[in-house]
Amino acid sequence: MSAVIDPGHVGHGHAGHDHHHGPAKGLMRWVLTTNHKDIGTMYLWFSFAMFLLGGSMAMVIRAELFQPGLQIVQPEFFNQMTTMHGLIMVFGAVMPAFVGLANWMIPLMIGAPDMALPRMNNFSFWLLPAAFGLLVSTLFMEGGGPNFGWTFYAPLSTTYGPESTTFFIFAVHLMGISSIMGAINVVATILNLRAPGMTLMKMPLFVWTWLITGFLLIAVMPVLAGCVTMMLMDIHFGTSFFSAAGGGDPVLFQHVFWFFGHPEVYIMILPAFGAVSAIIPAFARKPLFGYTSMVYATAAIAFLSFVVWAHHMFTVGIPLTGQLFFMYATMLIAVPTGVKVFNWASTMWRGSMTFETPMLFSVAFVILFTIGGFSGLMLAIAPADFQYHDTYFVVAHFHYVLVPGAIFGIFASAYYWLPKWTGHMYDETLGKLHFWMSFVGMNLAFFPMHFVGLAGMPRRIPDYNMMFANFNMVSSIGAFMFGATQLLFLFIVIKCIRGGKPAPAKPWDGAEGLEWSVPSPAPYHTFSTPPEVK
Amino acid sequence: MSTHEQYYVPAQSKWPIIATLGLLISFYGLGTWFNDLSAERDASNGPLIFFIGSLFLAYMLFGWFGNVIKESSDGLYSPQMDRSFRWGMSWFIFSEVMFFAAFFGVLFYVRTWAGPWLGGEGDKGLANMLWPGFEYSWPMLNTPDPKLYPAPSGTISAWGLPLINTLLLVASSITLTFAHHALRKNHRTALTRWLALTVILGIAFLILQVEEYIYAYNELGLTLGSGIYGATFFMLTGFHGAHVTLGTVMLVIMLVRVMRGHFTPEQHFGFEAAAWYWHFVDVVWIGLFVFVYVI
Repeated sequence: MSAVIDPGHVGHGHAGHDHHHGPAKGLMRWVLTTNHKDIGTMYLWFSFAMFLLGGSMAMVIRAELFQPGLQIVQPEFFNQMTTMHGLIMVFGAVMPAFVGLANWMIPLMIGAPDMALPRMNNFSFWLLPAAFGLLVSTLFMEGGGPNFGWTFYAPLSTTYGPESTTFFIFAVHLMGISSIMGAINVVATILNLRAPGMTLMKMPLFVWTWLITGFLLIAVMPVLAGCVTMMLMDIHFGTSFFSAAGGGDPVLFQHVFWFFGHPEVYIMILPAFGAVSAIIPAFARKPLFGYTSMVYATAAIAFLSFVVWAHHMFTVGIPLTGQLFFMYATMLIAVPTGVKVFNWASTMWRGSMTFETPMLFSVAFVILFTIGGFSGLMLAIAPADFQYHDTYFVVAHFHYVLVPGAIFGIFASAYYWLPKWTGHMYDETLGKLHFWMSFVGMNLAFFPMHFVGLAGMPRRIPDYNMMFANFNMVSSIGAFMFGATQLLFLFIVIKCIRGGKPAPAKPWDGAEGLEWSVPSPAPYHTFSTPPEVK
Repeated sequence: MSTHEQYYVPAQSKWPIIATLGLLISFYGLGTWFNDLSAERDASNGPLIFFIGSLFLAYMLFGWFGNVIKESSDGLYSPQMDRSFRWGMSWFIFSEVMFFAAFFGVLFYVRTWAGPWLGGEGDKGLANMLWPGFEYSWPMLNTPDPKLYPAPSGTISAWGLPLINTLLLVASSITLTFAHHALRKNHRTALTRWLALTVILGIAFLILQVEEYIYAYNELGLTLGSGIYGATFFMLTGFHGAHVTLGTVMLVIMLVRVMRGHFTPEQHFGFEAAAWYWHFVDVVWIGLFVFVYVI
């Protein structure tokens, strides 16, 4: 058994009788907790709050773009909205959601009593509200918040940025510290806390994808820290990293940023790959077609993610050799990604499939993520990218990989594991409604962006040519629909927490894994004695 | 993996939230301070806010590490717990490696591509039309726009202070290893002496580094603002210096703990973690010496 010592009760408490004690009472339970389930829950709620906040900013953007001309906001504020929307969704919504899932599920999946370093786990979480409090507060500072896009290219962010850029930099530092510690914790947990018999190649794919994601995070978040530190030095201490007048180079900023930024996009999708690889076999009632190939494909994607960054920079004037290298390296990613897509498709092939909400989101994930992958291939072609660069085609591309990719992966996971978290079944009818509204809304919002992008509509501009008006109106309607639907998700989750059909330990008959061997809801402490894995 | 049954899961802890508040307050203070400095505003609350945040952090560090040391000496930790700490420290050092890798990458990029292009070489030599008179050389004793970024009159020779510093740091790694061997053989006096010597070598390094900075600023005009050479020079050596400072603080704490009788020949991960960190800082210096000073 594990020894759980409560400092307040050291006098009489010892491993013998207090390892079953439940959570502390009141607010301080959440502030001081070291329990992976509590911390996972906080991560998930925080992520959802940021999803709604970043989503509201998207609503402002789409409202402004509903018609050509300037209607609702000034261009300066529009720029702050696009910047904050991106930053909040990437660092506040998607990443914390996956860390929340990791916190909840990895110890349950590998038979561990908790995360390896429980206090650091609490630290990683609480840094996030601090970071985003600081980031969002910049909107109210004199001169406004960051307005240079979520990629904060120099010299827009250095020479021409508002004064609040300094606080933006420190907010990024806080997020980075949080991510690095969170990732170290996940990696240490997976490498050290597996139950006896749980060999690496027996781990659920969600654990595998998170192990690799953790490695990516530890490798690139420090580079982002270096990047914003150089910005800080350029702004306040006279250095010339990103200024050619002193021998530096603004393009250097983009190299450093995208060396972080490209692995970052895999950080936001690999855990979703893992979750979907658990959900599709469960509802197709067949084992995953090729487990080993999935593991190797994930590792290959992670490796390649380090050598493709300059495909974001084809138009800045990098040498021809560089363009060719980065073009071919990028296309190479299609191979392991194809392995994954065929794996999911072959798993479903001749399965006895049912379409509960997690499965609906997962199937949509496979199809729509693949569309995003294909537009990515188009963008990888350097000569063609000259046409697409900085247009709505790019916006369409990355929203197709992030919304039906990362976000649908998170929704699928949430519905799949909600019974385990709450002990109740969610409302299946409402869940399906949530899926279909999201599916239709998101396609309406983002599909037309391919067309306006190919026709040349530039991104991050609050006004546009009359000829793009119809498609933009469709996009806006779809975006409003998608946005409003997420309030339904909030309702479904609250309803599920408050009641509903009691969930059995294993609510999905095709599901596999240790997490289904504990009761629903999962007790506060699980696997204090590690299970034996055959 | 039969050691699972003793895994220690601490109950509630106040240290993480104090650490969060400390970091938030210090960062807010630093940001305010920097903004006020750059805008040349006279009165700034920044330093005070930063100081308050640092107090939180100092309190947290003593408390949190004190907690861990107490738990360890109470025998709550198992070999498996020990492995968690080892993985944690190893990956943390890897993250630090990547942090320095970013700055080394910047140095290589500037020297291999951006610099020569600005000087008119290669297929991107068009950049030269911005400052047609600019000729590229490394170390950079002229900048494209000397009015904005006045160039230094000279650079630090590798074979003076930097060479001495290299010898100091390499020696300190060796003395630290002697200290570790002494600890494993339970020779406490030798341990204390070797560890103290390591700390002295670290401090000597830092003093010489400050000396070098003063010389660079006053005699050579080599500053943060003297173009990309100065920027990379001070960024790399500065962050390295900051890490040596942190490493020295760690070693001093280890020295205090040794003198208080902490650590056994079998169990001394705190000491090992500090030693790993120290060796890491040493290896970074070798990279710096070669790529910043010599080549």
